[in-house]
Amino acid sequence: MKGWMSKFKASFALVVLALVLSGCGDPFLSALQPKGEGAGMIYDLMILSIVIMLFVFAVVMVIYAFVIYKYRQKKDDPDYIPKQTEGNHALETLWTVIPIILLLILAVPTVQYTFALADTSPDVNEEGEEMDSIWINVTGAQYWWHFEYEDLEVSTSQELYIPTDRRVYLSMVSQDVIHSFWVPSIDGKMDVNPTGNTNEMTLLAQEEGVYFGKCAELCGPSHSLMDFKVVAVSPGEFEQWVQDMQSVTGEETPESQTAQEGQELFNNNCIGCHAIGSSPNKTGPNLTNFGDREELAGVFDYNKENIIKWIQTKGVGEEGDRMKPGNRMTDAQYDLTDEEAGKIAEYLMQLKPSDINPENARDTSYQDSDLSSLFPEEEESEEDSEGDEESSEESEDEGNEEEDQQEDEENNEE
Amino acid sequence: MADDMLKSTNLPQNPERATLEGRNKFMGFWFFLGGETVLFASLFGTFLALRNSTAEGPAANEVFGLELVFIMTMVLLTSSLTSVYAMYHMKNNDPKKMQLWLGITVALGFVFLGFEIYEFYHYVNHYEFGYSTSAFSSAFYTLVGFHGAHVAFGLVWIIGLMIRNAKRGVNLYNAPKFYIASLYWHFIDVVWVFIFTVVYLMGKVG
Amino acid sequence: MSTTARKAGFGATLWDYLTTVDHKKIGILYLIGGFFFFLLGGLEAMLIRIQLIAPDNEFISAQFYNEVLTMHGTTMIFLAAMPLIFALMNAVLPLQIGARDVAFPFVNALGFWLFFFGGVMLNVSWFVTGAPDAGWTAYAPLSIFSEGHGVDFYAIGLQIAGFGTLMGGINFIVTVVNMRAPGMTYMRMPLFTWTAFIASVLILFAFPALTVGLFLLTFDRLFGANFFDPSMGGNVIIWEHLFWIFGHPEVYILILPAFGVFSEVISTFAKKRLFGYSSMVFATVLIAFLGFMVWAHHMFTVGLGPIANSIFAVATMAIAVPTGIKIFNWLFTLWGGSIRLTSPMVFALGFIPTFTIGGMTGVMLASAAADFQYHDSYFVVAHFHYVIVGGTVLGIFAGIIYWWPKMFGTMLNEKLNHWFFWLFFIGFHLTFFVQHFLGLMGMPRRYWKFQGEQGLDLFNLISTIGALFMAVGTIIFIYNVIVTQTKGQKVSGDPWDGRTLEWAIPSPPPFYNFKQEPLVRGLDPLWVEKMEGDGKIKPAEPLGDIHMPNRSFVPFVMSLGLFIAGFGVMYQGGYWILAVIGFAITAGSMLYRSFKDDLGYHVHKEDLEDEEGDGSNG
Repeated sequence: MKGWMSKFKASFALVVLALVLSGCGDPFLSALQPKGEGAGMIYDLMILSIVIMLFVFAVVMVIYAFVIYKYRQKKDDPDYIPKQTEGNHALETLWTVIPIILLLILAVPTVQYTFALADTSPDVNEEGEEMDSIWINVTGAQYWWHFEYEDLEVSTSQELYIPTDRRVYLSMVSQDVIHSFWVPSIDGKMDVNPTGNTNEMTLLAQEEGVYFGKCAELCGPSHSLMDFKVVAVSPGEFEQWVQDMQSVTGEETPESQTAQEGQELFNNNCIGCHAIGSSPNKTGPNLTNFGDREELAGVFDYNKENIIKWIQTKGVGEEGDRMKPGNRMTDAQYDLTDEEAGKIAEYLMQLKPSDINPENARDTSYQDSDLSSLFPEEEESEEDSEGDEESSEESEDEGNEEEDQQEDEENNEE
Repeated sequence: MADDMLKSTNLPQNPERATLEGRNKFMGFWFFLGGETVLFASLFGTFLALRNSTAEGPAANEVFGLELVFIMTMVLLTSSLTSVYAMYHMKNNDPKKMQLWLGITVALGFVFLGFEIYEFYHYVNHYEFGYSTSAFSSAFYTLVGFHGAHVAFGLVWIIGLMIRNAKRGVNLYNAPKFYIASLYWHFIDVVWVFIFTVVYLMGKVG
Repeated sequence: MSTTARKAGFGATLWDYLTTVDHKKIGILYLIGGFFFFLLGGLEAMLIRIQLIAPDNEFISAQFYNEVLTMHGTTMIFLAAMPLIFALMNAVLPLQIGARDVAFPFVNALGFWLFFFGGVMLNVSWFVTGAPDAGWTAYAPLSIFSEGHGVDFYAIGLQIAGFGTLMGGINFIVTVVNMRAPGMTYMRMPLFTWTAFIASVLILFAFPALTVGLFLLTFDRLFGANFFDPSMGGNVIIWEHLFWIFGHPEVYILILPAFGVFSEVISTFAKKRLFGYSSMVFATVLIAFLGFMVWAHHMFTVGLGPIANSIFAVATMAIAVPTGIKIFNWLFTLWGGSIRLTSPMVFALGFIPTFTIGGMTGVMLASAAADFQYHDSYFVVAHFHYVIVGGTVLGIFAGIIYWWPKMFGTMLNEKLNHWFFWLFFIGFHLTFFVQHFLGLMGMPRRYWKFQGEQGLDLFNLISTIGALFMAVGTIIFIYNVIVTQTKGQKVSGDPWDGRTLEWAIPSPPPFYNFKQEPLVRGLDPLWVEKMEGDGKIKPAEPLGDIHMPNRSFVPFVMSLGLFIAGFGVMYQGGYWILAVIGFAITAGSMLYRSFKDDLGYHVHKEDLEDEEGDGSNG
């Protein structure tokens, strides 16, 4: 049995090698490459716990390897009877107390971060004034996501635009079954429950980028196809995007003839469920900026053929060209020829109300803004009076320290 | 030796625990009641979570009438007492009196069950408070109905024992059976006390 | 006895097993039933892994995939792991405490048949309506909206199987409390008995929560209740609480007996008394106790708020302490021992590092804030497979191989066992180690497809290859069983140089187990006699008549009735007649059972001498 340990070592080495080769996953999906405040905090906690655990594992493995090496039955003395030890109080106390200490080391930041991540109170700026919170109502549905920017009167689906370096606040509820909102690179996940159990969380992206979002709670056949994107652009770009989106009425006439015909078909067949503009309709995804989407329905290649296929199969499709099994669009009543569907596709693909699109998240340009133009004065004053109590409690802390905003926030959370 | 089990003479002090089988039954049944406690605790938890979720339907204080429920409580508590008498006579090896008191227990059980059925009937017909009316109504009928089903099962059980042993006395074989049936009956009674408090009193007041 | 039974012809053997109340035969029934479902669950696992071999794969459809993943989980937990543990408990526990049978032989048989029919019912769903598709956790409202009758099969099938488990639990509790041989004090009980005892207590207090949950689910789906319908005031979170109040203790129900097996195996093959026996017992009790207060760590992302999350996080971390105590106690049992690398021992040695990793990731998951990333990702999948496969399954196989001679009187081929172990063990780590990283790299669990070019391809491929290794290993085990049983070469009563009571009697034991009640003179009673006496257990009573329970067909019929009734309740309409018939069969057999005196029978002491078991016919 000499090969025992070496076999184990060999397989272990292979796995480690594989890890090194593959890196740590996609930079805009992996929780191991955090690019948001929440993901960063969790990553720190992860590393702390891994270090503690590896220490324990190392201790166990050293003893383990030693006893297997040392105390194998001797071939020349198979009848050897070892001493029948009952136990050892000192040792037993030792391996009770040390784990308790190690766990306390982990428990303290765990509790601290658990509270910090659950904090949805408004941010304060450098002068200690409360800033306007961007609240977004997130709705999960089989199998798509709806995002309604509450105070900004903007609605969108599938692609959530957020400013970098500014916290956005999510209020999440599901239309049907339980979903779970997860953007691993930016933050941990939160369940999206049906009415009665609304959840709140915050998102703060520290880098521009187009991040992958996933549904993390089994929600039906197309659970694995319920992807969405978080498009994090610089605050100035976000400001522009919101203003562009706000101006959309849905009645803009497209340039090309086909698209115009498509618009008419759309208005006759689709508008009952799909809104263009900030209408609160949530039966189907909002299509205001459909032309800027990078994927169709979250996962499919964005091209005209696929859009036609989607319209004609209502997103379900037969064996061989399945799209989203169990998709809920099948309730829709319409009868279109492929040509008509093509016209609708044409219309939808030119819906690009804003110059800001996912490409702006990938380029290097950064436009700063405090986003105050998005919040009219009167609303602000209302919110101020609400928030006064809290800020007076915290004013002492803020007075003493002149640190940057980031650290200040952490203090408040504690 | 097997015949000793069926003899009705020279019974020991506690015939229900005199044999290993008896002790096993006795102990097993206590553990079973432990499990039943968790069962009812879960139902109570569900009920408490949903007691204000009346949707469009009527609320607790609109439908519940405490008079009837109070009488039901008294009936069931009394039946618990009468089953204690029955066990007292069992230990004294007096099967006739035991059967008599068990009979009274069963009769009271039927009265209770009858009231409960009337109560449900009344809620459904006078308040349109049906099983599907709201989450609250579902939780109410499920919790109280589970208890009612336990009462019904207990009645069948005790009647079965009475019939089976009508023509023979107490012995080491059937004493544990009577005894655990009475334990079960007490348990049902205790659960009802909680239902009375949590469902009816709190419903009427809170 | 299996030997006489084989001679007796198939029909007689079948009848023997259908009506048996002998714990050893019930153990064999559980073993066969559990192993069958283990293979079925394994097949489902292979379908999952093949589907995920490459991105955007179309091997099976999304709906079928959800059915497969649901049934894989449900089958493995309820129909494979639980019954296999019950198999070991039945086969060994009464022998270890020197009892002639369990406290309730009839109930024991009933427990098995309820499990069996519940399991069959669940799997019938494949053929009539499509299997349940809402995950083994069946979260509402997905389980409420699920079309067809799949989830009804889940609710009713598990309900029936659950009753069986509950009965089994009560049976073993009372067996341990009341039926121990003279001198077998609590603190002399072998650790397997201790863990089985504690697991039974957990069953008793955990399963009723599932019973209620399943009832609510059934009522919502079939009888118009509104527990989980938000529009009628219902609340879907109630299901999650009920399920996990059951579900978390369930994890310990699965793992504790495996701890017990390893304690026995390590002590036997290190030739040493278990290091820190009393702290092992204490740790077991503490784990069980804490196990009831941590269920919400499955619900960190539900939105219970930071206070609840923190409390449950810290409580969960606390469980690592008693678990750590156990790991070190095993290591120090090995320390200074004389280790024989037999196949059960190799399983036990494979378990230690594997389970340590599973425990480590468990602590990581307990950290509520960090769990926001881990939750419902492949990290969790990896974690619970490290615990359940690396702990429970390795424990079950170690136990099966270790006690095989006691159960069947034959010895599995050691060489093949080692092959089985290495293929299974390497395959296991290949499959699941990389899944930790898949989860952290953003792959949620229960995904029918993963997208290409998101860095998830390689590890999924490795994972599938690992699963193949595990499958091959399992096939080798099956081959080993067939070869061994065909050869039928008998071994002695004590082939491993054992330490506990079960090794003091012949293999397989006579149906009455002990001719005379044994007198226990210490922990590891057989070892005590080997060291201080003549190697034979002293009797605690003179040779006398032995009282045995009668065989009975009633448990089978009673369970069959519920099985039939289940369909009636599910399909309703004209099928109500099935419910009537089914419940009538069950109620009728209960009445029959209560009205017909069943006093058992006696084996006379004159017959004991030459008695080598001609069945337990009364």
